[in-house]
Amino acid sequence: MTSVSKPLVKVRNLHFSRGDKVIFEGVDLDIQRGWITAIMGPSGTGKTTLLKLIGGQLRPDSGTIEVDGMDVHRLGTRDLYQLRKRMGMLFQSGALLTDISVFDNVAYPLREHTGLPETMIHKLVLLKLEAVGLRGARDLMPGALSGGMARRVALARAMALDPMMIMYDEPFTGQDPISLGVLVKLIGSLNDASRLTSIVVSHDVGETAQIADYIYVISRGKVVDQGMPEQMMTSDAPWTRQFMKGLPDGPAPFHYPAAELEKDLMGH
Amino acid sequence: MLDALARLGRIGIGILGHIGRGHLLLLSILGGIPALFRRPRLLVDQIYAVGVLSMLIIAVSGTFVGMVLGLQGYYILSQFGAEQTLGVMVAASLVRELGPVVAALLFAGRAGSALTAEIGLMGATEQLSGLEMMAVNPVKRILAPRFLAGLISMPLLAAIFSALGVMGGYFVGVGLLGVDDGAFWSQMQAKIDLHEDVYNGVIKSLVFGLVCTWIALFQGYYATPTSEGVSRATTRTVVHSSLAVLGLDFILTALMFGD
Repeated sequence: MTSVSKPLVKVRNLHFSRGDKVIFEGVDLDIQRGWITAIMGPSGTGKTTLLKLIGGQLRPDSGTIEVDGMDVHRLGTRDLYQLRKRMGMLFQSGALLTDISVFDNVAYPLREHTGLPETMIHKLVLLKLEAVGLRGARDLMPGALSGGMARRVALARAMALDPMMIMYDEPFTGQDPISLGVLVKLIGSLNDASRLTSIVVSHDVGETAQIADYIYVISRGKVVDQGMPEQMMTSDAPWTRQFMKGLPDGPAPFHYPAAELEKDLMGH
Repeated sequence: MLDALARLGRIGIGILGHIGRGHLLLLSILGGIPALFRRPRLLVDQIYAVGVLSMLIIAVSGTFVGMVLGLQGYYILSQFGAEQTLGVMVAASLVRELGPVVAALLFAGRAGSALTAEIGLMGATEQLSGLEMMAVNPVKRILAPRFLAGLISMPLLAAIFSALGVMGGYFVGVGLLGVDDGAFWSQMQAKIDLHEDVYNGVIKSLVFGLVCTWIALFQGYYATPTSEGVSRATTRTVVHSSLAVLGLDFILTALMFGD
């Protein structure tokens, strides 16, 4: 963790809705440089949507998102694409191109954007794959990879252009304990070794709290709590307590809203 | 009453929005075409996928359609003692109508549906989003080469269809039914006009190629990212393309051959 400086990402008063469903109503966030910031919350709270808003793939209804001092949604297409070259994003599915090999997937952004000679690209790709432990899998097709391996290849690809920031969308979901451990270690070590800034969107409390420097908890369109992981684990706020400890009932009720049981039963 | 009116209005707005999105997509695809000249490899790969892989079905269908034309044409023409003009009849029907139209219908079924499913699945598996986040514009990188490949392949496929159809007609007419060899070719040569017949056929197939590929890409790009959504989009591609081809064929024929 480095000292607090001007945040890399500044989200202010963000409002976003899809059709009639309100996803965010007045979210404020700061993502500090060099930190791993976790954004947590139950499924369906729009965590992935937040990453897409930061990456400029979606437009907010109101509010601003600044990345490295630039208002993402006021940039022209060319500038937005320039900014995206400095952001990596790891999708939940990996989002690898399925018709080309692991090597070509990692080489893809380098070939598209750098104009480097093929010999140099070859070396860079091998180094990136080595960092995620998959140099030996370079000739495999994405279909032949396990879910965890696909995410690691996608991570190598996201790092190919040496971005300033990587956004991870639910990196731990659906992983076996071993690949979970590998991913946790990788995200932590890459952030430190490459002086990255990381945003991890997740609902896996244990794994995320291990590596995060700061945690935001989002629920029902708002930031309901924030703090260092240890503060969050011991927080008294009812929502945070329920979420961090995985309690079945609390501010987020166990029961989906319904008429009273007796009425429902007697009604038929 | 008001409700029905409102519903009608909503449907109308939905259709207009659809058309608008389709045209905007076409514009951005066209904007991505110049970049393909710097990277012809992207285009060549797609011409293979869209055009070369459709060749077999086009060739086989063309041959059979030509054979049927030879057979039917012979029975009708021979009633008037005009079986020597069989070559003209077969060639004119193929070059003017059946070549472009049937090839386009087969193209929509073979290549159009494949394009929609491919693009739709790329959307459903976040590959298109992934490209955007890698600062690669998927419309330019994925859609534009496929569009141009469809536009180039369609007239060639229609030409193959017509050429093999003529051979099929020749095989049945001359080979099996005994029409005079020289008359078959010389009548065809004398009556089929390069501008009137061949060029108009090429224009038709260019238009059909544009429309079929455009519909396929649009449906794939805006498909709901679920398996059901992709399956519906694929069906829509075949249905919309076929109707568009048949409707446009009438309009184009009226414009080209009507006085």
